[in-house]
Amino acid sequence: MGKQLREIYGEILKEVGATNNDIVVLDADVSGSTKSAIFGKAYPDRFYNCGISEYTMVGMAAGLAKMGKIPFVNTFAVFISTIGLLGARNFMSYSGLNVKYMGAYGGLSDAYDGATHHALEDIANMRALPDVDVLVPSDAASTAFIVNEAIARKQPMYIRLSRDAMPDCHPEGAVFEYGKGMIVREGTDVTLIGCGIMVSKSMEAAELLAKEGISARVVDMFSIKPLDEELIEKCAKETGAIVTAEEHNVIGGLGSAVSEAVVKTFPVPVEKVGVMDTHAESASYKDLFAKYHLNAEDIAAAAKKAIARK
Amino acid sequence: MTDEKKKELEALCLEFRKCLIETLHSIQTGHPGGSLSVCEILTTLYFSEANISPENIDDPNRDKIILCKGHAAPMLYLNLAKKGFFPMEEMKTLRQLNSRLQGHPCSKETPGVEASTGPLGAGYPMAVGVALADRMDGRDSYTYAILGDGELNEGVVWETALNVNKWKPDHLITIVDWNKVQLDGTTDQIMPIGDLAGKFAAFGYNVIECDGHDVAALSDAIAQAKAAKGVPSVILAHTVKGKGVSFMEGKNAWHGAPIDDASYEKAMEELGGAQ
Ligand SMILES: Cc1ncc(C[n+]2csc(CCOP(=O)(O)OP(=O)(O)O)c2C)c(N)n1
Ligand SMILES: [Mg+2]
Repeated sequence: MGKQLREIYGEILKEVGATNNDIVVLDADVSGSTKSAIFGKAYPDRFYNCGISEYTMVGMAAGLAKMGKIPFVNTFAVFISTIGLLGARNFMSYSGLNVKYMGAYGGLSDAYDGATHHALEDIANMRALPDVDVLVPSDAASTAFIVNEAIARKQPMYIRLSRDAMPDCHPEGAVFEYGKGMIVREGTDVTLIGCGIMVSKSMEAAELLAKEGISARVVDMFSIKPLDEELIEKCAKETGAIVTAEEHNVIGGLGSAVSEAVVKTFPVPVEKVGVMDTHAESASYKDLFAKYHLNAEDIAAAAKKAIARK
Repeated sequence: MTDEKKKELEALCLEFRKCLIETLHSIQTGHPGGSLSVCEILTTLYFSEANISPENIDDPNRDKIILCKGHAAPMLYLNLAKKGFFPMEEMKTLRQLNSRLQGHPCSKETPGVEASTGPLGAGYPMAVGVALADRMDGRDSYTYAILGDGELNEGVVWETALNVNKWKPDHLITIVDWNKVQLDGTTDQIMPIGDLAGKFAAFGYNVIECDGHDVAALSDAIAQAKAAKGVPSVILAHTVKGKGVSFMEGKNAWHGAPIDDASYEKAMEELGGAQ
């Protein structure tokens, strides 16, 4: 297991914050959980713990951005993408302000706290906002890339992190490109397109499929918006079937984005792995993945279904 | 409150504290601090002041208790179980797969739970809606809304306060579990609340303060709130986060930390041993 993505994020902010004085960090009384406290400890004069007032926090961030600061706004993914949604729409999307929303505890990762704390519609909410980019890192290396891009790019972004550590799925020295997906395993029969933790689950699924003589390509689609439509078209043409895998409602997230792209260019069967339009519940992360069918076996089964539909 | 009743409630509170520590230790998740601080508030309501039971739960004339600070769900469940809404045995399933006892209260799944809460602040306006409906339909029942002091940071609480002052649902009784600690630190460190009594008074409330760990004082405060006609009351209940377990008291670190074995042993010893 690698490091927790939220920890990597906190450390990079602190590192870059040493020389970039425009970075300001806001949190809403969960800085120990989001790891924004790492920055807060180092630069208390550029850190605002706004208390439990998310709606106010995002508005303050907009004002800071207007004046040239680079605000990173932190709370649980579920709260920033719901309570923070109006601010995102008005200030990030409509006004184009350079605000970064950091959604800690994406997907089911705040497992035991239950449905009120799971974020299964954050990608859908944020993706529907014009000009707001949506990024979901899958491991330590992609987190580092995305956080550095977020600091450098003058534009609004939503970045979804996770509570747990994630296995590495990119080789050392992997070179990422903003707005592009990454093929992490070659294959010819089907393409498994994932984001977040579902990339490593897709890698596992590809192993399972290989044992049955099925060659599966795996793509890390860490940039959900902008979406790498070129790569999707290429995979559709070369493998003839696609499975999307996401820790999100199957409505409105990665699966929807990929389907929308495929039908525009080269329609092939698409099967979606994700939470099937339901709220989940309190349980261990592992139990939730099993009950809501988000494991490698589920992705492999979906792959066979997609291939059969060719 | 009679001495006998006081003793009964105090015994219940001790039982609930022990069971809380046992449960949260065994599942290694859940929020001890805010559950311990709200213990007397919930227990006094369920076992003395509020008219709620499994028998009358379908009767709109019963009282309603809305735990806005939903992370204290385990203490709510202990009260509901003891009331007979579900077996005490079920506490073991808290936060586990397929349980009715969710990490934060779910009104759709769990018998006796009035409102799905967890997102802080959101429950308070709902309590106002309930109280307004009762008044519209001529019911004499009371609605109790229990809020955390960190929860008061949320703007929606003060928007609700404006509405309370406008619509004056005097059968709404707001109780603040004023333990002076939130998640990242003390309320003074994270969001100073200042003159809380003065703030609520300025919003038009009848403000009552009491010791939130004294069941008789809570009972008196509720009687005062009921006596104030035409004006909604808020009870500022002075409490201690983690109350009853010395090393948890006043410590934000015990807001949601799993209880390790050594801490479990120590806590149970302080509470006088297992049931
Ligand atoms: C809208 C929202 N923001 C953040 C959280 C995370 N959170 C849960 S409890 C808590 C602290 C609550 O403090 P307080 O209201 O004082 O509760 P208590 O001390 O009684 O436990 C926070 C920030 C949440 N549940 N909901
Ligand atoms: Mg508190």
